[in-house]
Amino acid sequence: MNTATITSINEETGAVERHKIPQVLLDDLLPKRLTTSGKLWMYFLLTVMAIGAYAYFTQLKNGLVVTDMRDYASWGIYISNFVFFVAISLVGSLISAVLKLTDVKWRTPLVRISEIIAVASITFAALIIIVDMGRPDRFWHLFVYGRIQSPIMWDVIVITTYFTISILLLYIPLLPDLAICRDKLTGAAKWKRWCYKFFALNWKNTPRQYKIVNDSIKVLAVLIIPLALSIHTVTSWLFATTFRVGWDSSNFGPYFVAGAFMAGAAAVTAIMYVVREHYNLQKYITDKHFDHMGKLLVLLSLIYLYFNVNEYLVPGYKMKEVEGDQLKSLFTGNYAPMFWSVQILGLAIPVIILLFKKGRRPIPIFIISIVVVIGAWFKRLLIVTPTLLHPFIPMQNVPESWHHYVPTWQEWAITSASLAGVFFIIQIFIRLFPVISIWEMAEETETEAK
Amino acid sequence: MEIPKNATRRKFLKTGLVAGALVAGGTLGASELISAIDSKPTGNKIKLLSPDGKIVEVDASVISPSVAGFLVSNHNVRQGVPGKKFVMVIDLSKCKNARKCHKACSKMHYLPENRSYIKVNKMQDSPEASPYWMPTPCFHCDNPPCVKVCPVGATFKLSDGIVGIDNARCIGCRFCMVACPYNARVFNWGEEMFHLSPEEKNAIKPHEACGSHVVGTVEKCDFCPQKTGDNKLPDCVEACPNGVFYFGDEVEDVISNGDETLQLSKVLRDKAGYRFMEDLGTKPRVYYLPPVDRQFPFTETKQTSK
Repeated sequence: MNTATITSINEETGAVERHKIPQVLLDDLLPKRLTTSGKLWMYFLLTVMAIGAYAYFTQLKNGLVVTDMRDYASWGIYISNFVFFVAISLVGSLISAVLKLTDVKWRTPLVRISEIIAVASITFAALIIIVDMGRPDRFWHLFVYGRIQSPIMWDVIVITTYFTISILLLYIPLLPDLAICRDKLTGAAKWKRWCYKFFALNWKNTPRQYKIVNDSIKVLAVLIIPLALSIHTVTSWLFATTFRVGWDSSNFGPYFVAGAFMAGAAAVTAIMYVVREHYNLQKYITDKHFDHMGKLLVLLSLIYLYFNVNEYLVPGYKMKEVEGDQLKSLFTGNYAPMFWSVQILGLAIPVIILLFKKGRRPIPIFIISIVVVIGAWFKRLLIVTPTLLHPFIPMQNVPESWHHYVPTWQEWAITSASLAGVFFIIQIFIRLFPVISIWEMAEETETEAK
Repeated sequence: MEIPKNATRRKFLKTGLVAGALVAGGTLGASELISAIDSKPTGNKIKLLSPDGKIVEVDASVISPSVAGFLVSNHNVRQGVPGKKFVMVIDLSKCKNARKCHKACSKMHYLPENRSYIKVNKMQDSPEASPYWMPTPCFHCDNPPCVKVCPVGATFKLSDGIVGIDNARCIGCRFCMVACPYNARVFNWGEEMFHLSPEEKNAIKPHEACGSHVVGTVEKCDFCPQKTGDNKLPDCVEACPNGVFYFGDEVEDVISNGDETLQLSKVLRDKAGYRFMEDLGTKPRVYYLPPVDRQFPFTETKQTSK
């Protein structure tokens, strides 16, 4: 039996050093069997996904008529949910690239969690957009008849690229850990052992392999930042390239990117709390991490607040004809309760609470993060729907129900299923692979020991 | 394995013969009437009258008992009428909300009565001004925002100025619908959006329909290409009792509402013709003549008399 080791090169002497990975790291961080609550959670997710699959079946059978979208509100929660997932996926680049390039040390235990969140949510962003299509059977038309002039094509291109780079950013740093799993988890089921062996790509712990891994991560970290900005900017352009009131804004790109970083940071904070409590990882994800994430969240929220001021107050000052009607529906009209809840509960109050040290303790920040994520979801609904219900030529001679957009059970079921799907991917990943990078943690303990 | 092969070949030959006979009979449209070709021939021959007046004889087994929704058009959606630049002028001073255009459009496109590609909107420019009625078909813009955003080229600009839709290519993303600032486009959310009962179908005189309906794809006003290609006016123009709509050709500089024929450039100049929301730069091919002679007091009722 090999003892698990990591290899490094002594920078002064150039000599190859092999360090044994502390047993405690292996005990704590190697994937564990599902507990009863973990199993219940999985069954719950599977049930939600099954209901969503049935809802999608009815949609495939009858057409999009099963939704509440009609000729005016022609985009609904599928699209806002798509924007939400793209937003959440930006957290991968935030933690694994922005914080890496700015040399933030405390990021190590959070990198893999945020990267799997990014991969899972970008996967479901792509799937939900297919759900929104009237003719999913013609998806291949995008590749055969694709027109580069269309912002949808730009989205297809950047999302597939971002997905690929995110997968690589998840997989390449996983290689040494896969080798550890291969060598240590000899009691695992046969297919799992095969998986570890196959995906470890014959990892041998040589200094050259480490060098390739570290260099690749550096290149990918630089690559993913412009890509992350692109995916969310292009997503905002799906709206900003039209004439519609509330969308016809040059502020939309940075406004979306800022909102995405905020929502993503909140999502990773919420999920890392659950992972830490469930797998007893308090030693690795410490209170300090929550403190740091809290401060980061305040910064990102303030940037987003700034863009919100630009997005709503400047047009609100002018109150141009149709645009004014749309803004009034948000400020004082039928969307006001949702709008002010999102802006106050999901943006203003979190900033205030997180400014205090006590507000950045794990439990308060966990609750705040969940509120921020929920707010972020509804914020995207508020961006999509009220605009479409305020066309330039007022809606007339249409059924009363067309004046409102109330998602049907199918839309809620499919949307919930996509959220469940994201959690499902994360859960499966944690079950199979170390959720905190063992070799990077070992390296860190080694450096600290010196 | 031999026998099925032969059977397939026989079926192929039979299909070919039937199809050949139909083509020879000059009944392109009748292919819709053929049901499952592999049903057994009954020996009963049925005589059919093709749309161009020829009599063809086919086996009873190849006739589908249901009435076809409409005859399949051999119109190529990607081809415009050569040498034309279609244009529409809507005289708002004449519109009295008779809504006959709406009805004629539904009929022309085999749609339920509550669905059509043209809307008649009550417009009021300011609280002090008297309202007026404004019909809005698709504006067939020369700088069409809908065409710009289509990811698959399912909507496009034709040489005759019409913005066309290829329902066989549309993926149903509805980006064109949100890109159109005039909400000219409608979507086939489900079959009920275009489903007609057999009685309703029979009530409509069968003619070569403008376009066909496909669930999950976008539709809109197409300026009735079968009629315009035949030098006839679109149905909304013909149906209007008040002569609101003028349709014509920019190249010839002529427009007509069926009663009178006018010079396009002169009408636009003399009556101060304008385009809706000109500042967006979409360059619509539909012009409006200002709503002079407004009703006062304004009545909501439909009026058909002049």
